[in-house]
This record gives sequence, C-alpha cells and structure tokens, in this order.
Amino acid sequence: MLILECPYCGVTGEETEFHGGGEAHIKRFGPGSSDDDFHDYLFTRENPFGVHFERWRHVSGCGKWFHAARCTKTLEVFGTYSAQTTEPPSDLRAAISDKRPGWTWREFS
Amino acid sequence: MKRYSAFAIAREAARYHSGWERAWRSPEPKRKYDVIIVGAGGHGLATAYYLGKNFGITNVAVIEKGWLGGGNTGRNTTIIRSNYLQDPSAAIYEKSRSLYETMSQDLNYNVMFSPRGVIMLAQTHHEVRGYQRTAHANALQGVTTEFITPQKVKELVPIINLAGPRYPVLGGLWQARGGTARHDAVAWGYARACSDMGMDIIQKCEVTGVRRDGGRVAGVDTTKGPIDCDKLGIVVAGHSGVLADMAGFRLPIESVALQALVSEPIKPCMDVVVMANTVHGYMSQSDKGEMVIGGGADGYNNYTQRGSFHHIEETVRALIETFPMVSRLKMLRQWGGIVDMTGDRSPILSKTPVDGVFINCGWGTGGFKAIPGSGWGMAELIAKGRSPLTDAFSLDRFKEGRFIDESVAAGVAH
Ligand SMILES: Cc1cc2nc3c(=O)[nH]c(=O)nc-3n(C[C@H](O)[C@H](O)[C@H](O)COP(=O)(O)OP(=O)(O)OC[C@H]3O[C@@H](n4cnc5c(N)ncnc54)[C@H](O)[C@@H]3O)c2cc1C
Ligand SMILES: [Zn+2]
Repeated sequence: MLILECPYCGVTGEETEFHGGGEAHIKRFGPGSSDDDFHDYLFTRENPFGVHFERWRHVSGCGKWFHAARCTKTLEVFGTYSAQTTEPPSDLRAAISDKRPGWTWREFS
Repeated sequence: MKRYSAFAIAREAARYHSGWERAWRSPEPKRKYDVIIVGAGGHGLATAYYLGKNFGITNVAVIEKGWLGGGNTGRNTTIIRSNYLQDPSAAIYEKSRSLYETMSQDLNYNVMFSPRGVIMLAQTHHEVRGYQRTAHANALQGVTTEFITPQKVKELVPIINLAGPRYPVLGGLWQARGGTARHDAVAWGYARACSDMGMDIIQKCEVTGVRRDGGRVAGVDTTKGPIDCDKLGIVVAGHSGVLADMAGFRLPIESVALQALVSEPIKPCMDVVVMANTVHGYMSQSDKGEMVIGGGADGYNNYTQRGSFHHIEETVRALIETFPMVSRLKMLRQWGGIVDMTGDRSPILSKTPVDGVFINCGWGTGGFKAIPGSGWGMAELIAKGRSPLTDAFSLDRFKEGRFIDESVAAGVAH
C-alpha cells in the first residue's frame, strides 16, 4: 500500500484515495511530427526497475493532478511535487541521488 | 531419459524408489550456443523445446536468474481458454489449447490438463452484447464457444447466485474445452524434455547485459560470466523492459503486480472455471480442494511480487456476492507476479531493432494458456525469421496502427 502526500492540499493518504496516471513529463508530439516521435509519444513507456516519475490525481480529495517520484523496486516514495512543471525539481533529484546514487531516468539524473 | 509410466512406479515401489533420475541436468554454461533463451518460464522453455523438436536446433541454453518456473508461470491461476475476439489471437490461443490436450503424452509428463470448461459471466447488457459478438467471431474462427442462458449457468454452477443485487447473471460465454492445468508441471515437463535433447538449463544465473557487435547480437553477460550466441530470445515477462534496456531498445510495455489467493481446501463444490469480469473476480477449485481466486492488478508500475491489499478486498467482495457460500472460507495464501502489459492487451512476438535478438513478451495477465502455442510460434520465428502464428504480433504493429485489441477478452486479469 502506497502512502502519498498531495502537494496541493497537504493531505497524506493511502493509495485508494489517489489514482495513478502513468508516466510523467511526456512531451506531446502532434500532427506534423515524425512517425517515430508520434509512436514513442503514444506507445513507448519508461518501465524502470528503480527510480520512476509518475502523474497521480487526488481523486477522493481536492481532485488535482500532481507528480510523484517513486522506486518501483521497493515502493519507497521519494516525494511529490506540482503538476505545473516539465521536469522533476532539483532538490528532489538531489534527495534521490542521496538514496540511489547514479540513478537515471530518461534525460534526467 | 527413463520414461515415466505405471510400470516405472511399480518398479520403483519395489526398490524403495532408489532408481528415479533427476528430471533435468544442472550444467555449467558453455562458451557459446547457437541460441540463448533468457528466462526459464513456460514461454522460454516451450520456445527451446520446439526449437529442438520442430527445427532440430539443440545447441541451446535457457538462462534463468531464479529457479525455473518461479516467475509468473508458477504464480498464475492456470486458466486455459481460447475465446478471444481477433483472428490472430484465435489462431495462437487455439493452437495452444489444442497442444495442451496432448501435452502430457508429448512430454511424457503429467501436466494434469483438465478441460473442465470455462464460463465468463455476462452481468451487464453491455457484456451480453460483447460475449454474443465473441461467440459469433469464435464460430467463424473454428473455436467452439457458446452463449448460454442463466439457467444453463445455474446447472453448471449450482453454488452461484444468479440474482446478485447489483449485477444479476444475464448469461455467459461457455467454452466447454477450456480448463486448467498444473502450472509447475508445464514448466517441469518442458525442462525435462529440453534437458533430454541436450539443452542446458542454467538456473541461478542472471543476465546482466546484452553484448552487441555492430548492429548484431554477440552474446550476453551473466553472473556466471559472458556467454556467446548467434541468436538471442528474450522471454522474461515482467522484466522485459529491463532486458530491452540492456539490448538498447524501448518497449510499449509497463509492468505491474497481479495477485491471486487460495482458500483452505474444501469438498468438491464447483467443477468448472467461472470468471466474473464486471465485478472482477474469478474462481476455480484445485484438485486438492482449494478455491483458487484471481485478483486485480495494481494501478501503477512496480516490481514487488506482492500487490496492494485493497485489490484482495475488492475481489473477495465480488466473489461473496456471486458465490455466497465462500463467505465462511478462510484464505490460506496470497501472492503476486509481475505482469507485462501492452496497450492493446495482446502479446509481442517479434524481431527487434538489434539483429539476432527476438522478444516474446506482453502476455500480461493471461499468458499461461498460451505457453505451448507461443513456444511453437516463437521457435519458428527464431529458426526461420518469421512465423504465420507470430506475424501479426510484431513490435511494429503499434507504429502501423495494426492493433490486436483484446481489451474485452482480456479485461479481467487471468
Ligand atoms: C496472479 C496471476 C494470475 C494469472 N492467471 C493466469 C491464468 O489464469 N491464465 C493465464 O493464461 N495466464 C495467467 N497469468 C499470466 C501468466 O502467468 C503469464 O502470462 C505467463 O506465466 C508468462 O510466462 P513467461 O514464461 O513469459 O514468464 P515467467 O514465468 O515470469 O518467466 C520469466 C522468467 O524470466 C526470468 N528472468 C527475468 N529477468 C531475468 C534475467 N535478467 N536473467 C535471467 N532470467 C531472468 C524470471 O526469473 C522468470 O523465471 C497470471 C499471472 C499472475 C501473476
Ligand atoms: Zn489534494
């Protein structure tokens, strides 16, 4: 059972109060982009054994979307942060590096 | 290899069972093989078996990081059926179901295939239409299924409650020749046959890297050192993303935990498999008398073979509504496996961007039933470069928009 903290209303709740929304920070490729980019945008997904970044929604609470950084190996939650960003905040990345030295995820490390 | 038979049991009984041989050898890896298969689950072992049996390729190693059959193959609820919707699915699942019928004889190993029949309950009008459509599609594909009335459901399953308060049973999709088999025995039977053909099954050996020479595969790095190969088959279910990363490509796959549980053993009370997709629960009774219950999948990526507790609560709640008598049962064990989910809920059996590397994955919540058919097709793909059974399941189907949408047939985790 995951325990997550909503960065908007500050509530800490069990995963049943939230809803997972899949991979975070996906860049949209629309009409006019190459077939490969469009394919990757639609279908290809990060599926790491370790550090992962995701979107979550506080469905049974304030209803807002936010981001979470998690370990898929241990279920440890490193932290949650605002949806209004295209990359994980640097302080969170540093905190993850303390716990998982050398981690990488897409272009981030 | 000494054959198993009634005579062998009598012979060994007369000499204190001192003459049984080990079912497979545990060799150290050689320097090089023609083909290396990563993953000794059912699909990996079946692939190796048909490489030898159908194509005479026996210089093969199957490399397993744990023990053979210890992944999803040894963790599933063993439902075997072929009532899918799309033609490519019907072809591979029906091939597989038919191979299960003769598997015990082919392998000289009792896999306890029990074609007891599978019912998928229709509990909404939407489901009624969906299953009637599937029954029509199956008729055209030569797969014997039938849409049955609630009364027929009650005859087949006396312990069922047709008049559930929220979701009454409105009918069901019945496949009389579906059923179950002993999951471990499937892995063990293939392993014994592979070892007998001279193949090396190397357990407790983790693949840690895929070595390439230009655009071509050269071999793998393992915890027992590097091993060379001409061709590599990646058949690791939930860990496909990890292996693809080692080989330098990405997949349209996400891994989640799927759970199951079993009750204490009770007297025989249900001799078919019942799946209730709307309320999300399914159940069958094992030969030991335990009720085998399949639960839900987690809603987020993870690799912990455990699963979230609230899914058990949901599944058990649904089952109590459908089978009121189970409300007094105690549960004995619960476990999870890591399943590899694709967007269209169909598997991937394909060449990859790396020459000589083939992948078999994406069976998600429903690949036990497919083990022999998948191994049959995958062996042909590796040996000849293509196979009519696997063509439609190639990796480029997503880019080309050729989805094989089985979200209805595979909607519940099984
Ligand atoms: C709870 C549950 C219930 C299910 N119920 C059903 C059902 O009723 N009917 C049905 O048809 N299907 C069912 N399934 C799905 C089915 O179990 C799987 O689709 C099928 O077993 C997959 O087989 P496999 O051989 O591909 O994978 P696995 O059996 O998981 O084998 C993969 C192997 O690869 C090994 N491996 C991974 N990484 C490495 C590495 N780096 N190096 C070496 N080896 C490695 C693993 O240790 C593992 O043994 C269920 C699954 C679960 C979890
Ligand atoms: Zn909130």
